[in-house]
Parts: sequence; C-alpha cells; structure tokens
Amino acid sequence: MSITLIIFWFLSFLALLSAAIVVFAKNPVYSVLFLIVTFFAIAGHYLLLSAQFLAAVHIIVYAGAIMVLFLYVIMMLNLNQETEPHKKPLIKFIAVIAAGLLMLTLVAAFKGTEITVITNADPSIGSVETLGKVLFKEFLLPFEVSSILFLAAMVGAVYLSKKDLN
Amino acid sequence: MEAINSIPLNYYIILSTALFCIGALGVMMRRNAIIMFMCIELMLNAVNLLMVAFSRYLGDSNGQVFVFFIMAVAAAEVAVGLAILIMIYRNANTSDTEVLNELKW
Repeated sequence: MSITLIIFWFLSFLALLSAAIVVFAKNPVYSVLFLIVTFFAIAGHYLLLSAQFLAAVHIIVYAGAIMVLFLYVIMMLNLNQETEPHKKPLIKFIAVIAAGLLMLTLVAAFKGTEITVITNADPSIGSVETLGKVLFKEFLLPFEVSSILFLAAMVGAVYLSKKDLN
Repeated sequence: MEAINSIPLNYYIILSTALFCIGALGVMMRRNAIIMFMCIELMLNAVNLLMVAFSRYLGDSNGQVFVFFIMAVAAAEVAVGLAILIMIYRNANTSDTEVLNELKW
C-alpha cells in the first residue's frame, strides 16, 4: 500500500466522519467546527490531485471567510444545545433511509458507466500559472461578471441585515 | 505523491457521492435553518471535489476554473443567505423551519 493511498484513505475517513458529525451533532457550534475539519480534509484531497491553487482558494474562502461568517451568526443568535429543535425519531429514520437509497441509486448508476481516463495528463493543469492563463483568456467575461455578483451580494447583505427597512 | 497513478477515479466518485448523500441527509433531518444551510455547503463541496477529480483525470483545466466560479457563487450565496436568516430570526425569533410554515401547503 503506497503512501498516497494511505493519505487518501485517511483524508476520506476524516472527511466522511466529520461530515457525519456535522449532521448528527446536537450543538450547532460543534457542527460548524467539524465542518471546518471537513473543509480541510477536502483541501488535502485537492493537494493530492495536484490542484494547489484550488486548495489555497478553498482554505481562504471556506475556512477563512464562510465558516467565520457561520460561527459569527450562530454566536450572534446565541444558538446552543437547549434551543436546538429536533425532528421526530420516525422522520429522522425515514430521512436516513431516503439518503441511503439516494446513495445506492447514485452508486448503482456510476457502476454501469465507462470512463476513459488519461494516464499521461499534464501534471501542471492545477498550477496557478495554467489556471491564471485559462481564467484570463477563455473565462475573462464570467470572471468580470462575478465581481458584479459580489457587489450585488454585498449590497444585498447589508440591506437585508439593517435594523429597520424604512 | 501523485494521486492519478495509484488511486482509481472510482474512489473519488464514491467519496463524493457519500459526502453528497450525508449533506442531503442533513437537509432532510435537521430543523435548524443554519444547519441545513451548512449541509448545502457540504453538498456543494462534494460536487467541487468530483469536478476537480474529473478535471485531473481527464487532463482538462476548465473543470478547475468551474470550481473556482462555484466557490465565488457559494461565498456570495452564504453572505445573502445568512443575512436573510438573521432578518427572519429578528422577526420570528427562531431559526426553526417548522415554525416558519406560512408558505407551506
């Protein structure tokens, strides 16, 4: 068993376990903290797939910005174990069965597909240089449009969270 | 340290499917709107991981650019979504989705 495979199994186990804790934890703060662990495991997977640029962006955007926002909102709303609402056990059981069936269906669908993989692919496609060239040549217009999206999101967030809308 | 030589693509497909289903499970069984939102982030990340794996194994860098855009849209979505949740919390004093049932049939 090579070292890469060991790292893969470790990161997969970490990601799945902490994702399960996100869903099953009673305290919302624990959910947020274990979601950060999941994101770091996924960033490790990106590094394993030699997508260094995306791994860095993933950590900056998710662990750095989005999770801080989540944690801040949970602390601002003062959510904790006592205020946490719960569904009936029957509904939870049905949800687990439904998710298991979804997993079964998807895996069965993927089993039948044939995917041709290139084994001698260029290892530098995940580097900053290659992605930067693609981003600023082929995807220049979507890149600029996304800045307008950010501006709209920022204005919207500020407007929505104002105390009185008059 | 190259995943492409020792790990089959199928492993990544199964891993992403499992992550996606855990996220879907969270949306179905939790009542707190913020936790449901976090589970949606989990599902987005499962798809991102699958897209990066495909991009690597098929030797096409466009997939990674798509993942970059998905991250940008997810960041904007979280900002607006959490602002909406805060406003709902201010008006209804709860983030329980079963209390906010005025649009339910």
